[in-house]
Amino acid sequence: MITKRIIPCLDVKDGRVVKGVNFLGLSDVSSPVELAKYYSDNGADELVFYDITASAEGRQLFTDILCKVASQIFIPLTVGGGINTVSDFDRVLKCGADKVSVNSGAIRNPDLIYEAAKLYGDQCVVISADVKRVDGVFRVFAKGGRENTGMEAVSWIKRCVETGAGEVVLNSIDTDGVKGGFDLEMLDAVCNAVNVPVIASGGAGSISDFTTLFKTLPKVDAGLAASIFHFGEVSIKALKEELKSNGIPVRL
Amino acid sequence: MIAIVDYGVGNLFSLKSSFAAIGVEAVVTGDKAVIEACEKIILPGVGAFGDAAQKLKDTGLGDIVKNEAKKGKPILGICLGMQLLFEKSYEYGEHKGLGLIKGEIKPISDVIPKDYKIPHIGWNALDFKGEKSEIFKYLNDGDYVYFVHSYYGSDCSEAVIATSNYGYDLTAAVSSGNVYGCQFHPEKSGNVGLSILRSFCELEA
Repeated sequence: MITKRIIPCLDVKDGRVVKGVNFLGLSDVSSPVELAKYYSDNGADELVFYDITASAEGRQLFTDILCKVASQIFIPLTVGGGINTVSDFDRVLKCGADKVSVNSGAIRNPDLIYEAAKLYGDQCVVISADVKRVDGVFRVFAKGGRENTGMEAVSWIKRCVETGAGEVVLNSIDTDGVKGGFDLEMLDAVCNAVNVPVIASGGAGSISDFTTLFKTLPKVDAGLAASIFHFGEVSIKALKEELKSNGIPVRL
Repeated sequence: MIAIVDYGVGNLFSLKSSFAAIGVEAVVTGDKAVIEACEKIILPGVGAFGDAAQKLKDTGLGDIVKNEAKKGKPILGICLGMQLLFEKSYEYGEHKGLGLIKGEIKPISDVIPKDYKIPHIGWNALDFKGEKSEIFKYLNDGDYVYFVHSYYGSDCSEAVIATSNYGYDLTAAVSSGNVYGCQFHPEKSGNVGLSILRSFCELEA
């Protein structure tokens, strides 16, 4: 049986993981390679690297780091941030990324998904959407959640999947950072609209939030989180054991 | 030395790195002489069957792999590389494979329940079939490996050495004599995957 995936997300700026991490036993807590190794050894099913660098030098540094990570860590790697063209896909895939997630780049240029899917296959293209309720309607936000595009989110995501996105990361701005649980209502709406894997993001604060997620919405394929893993509030192993005891299939 | 056959599809960075991680020398090559000189051959592949089969034909590398296999050299096909070992595929038309494994490649949509997502993507457990294969000697039944595919090996029951259940027992790995194939990605399956590559490297040539 296919298992539910648990995915830590690492934000990388100028070659270093940002948002402090708090692990014992790591000599360098902001080294992407060390952290990736730690997560891989401790049960992460996949890793997401987000490049939040703004400069060209930082981007080159990110690519170098990615190569280093991919030469030592043998689980699927997804890369996002700063993906605006097909050559950005090429740049990170050559360094060992398996999937590439697009967000603002696809909003600016809707053909990006189609072009990338044609070249690298649907399974390689992930649409990452930042979504927030505005007057009761799910709206897509761009630029890291700062700008309302005015687009209705479910139909936008559906269109991305139809043009070739093979996976969806749904990040609820409403629940992000609140640590009160995933946005079940928003996730349900998206799961009912597409038939590709959906990854829940935004709101995880405890182990029980993941249990609730997978129990309430069996169609959700994976849960993504950053700070609760980085700060050691939740260990992936303990999380997976709890999921398993609740009858949810996980890789242990 | 292991030859990772480079015929112009996909990215071989992770595969090459995974051999480095287990301390085995591997070379990414499209050179006939190099492939013939290596003790073992990896046939990788991502993308569509028809395109890849055509490239294997155009480069002449398909024939080389076939000849080396017939000489008894261990061959391991990975993902689309496994599918290319089969006789035929029905992915977007009908295409001939290398014919080293008896069977055909068909869409998983033919056999999995309607409400299952396609592709079959993620970690799934291996169920060994028959006598445990040499390439699984470090594994336990139920170990997890990483899959990404929409087509599967069909009509190949003689060759199946493992399946994975996705509403249907999909072919996960095959072998016939010295020819092996994995539908999943050992180079993305953590330590379990690396140990499969290690046992392949340890096969007697």
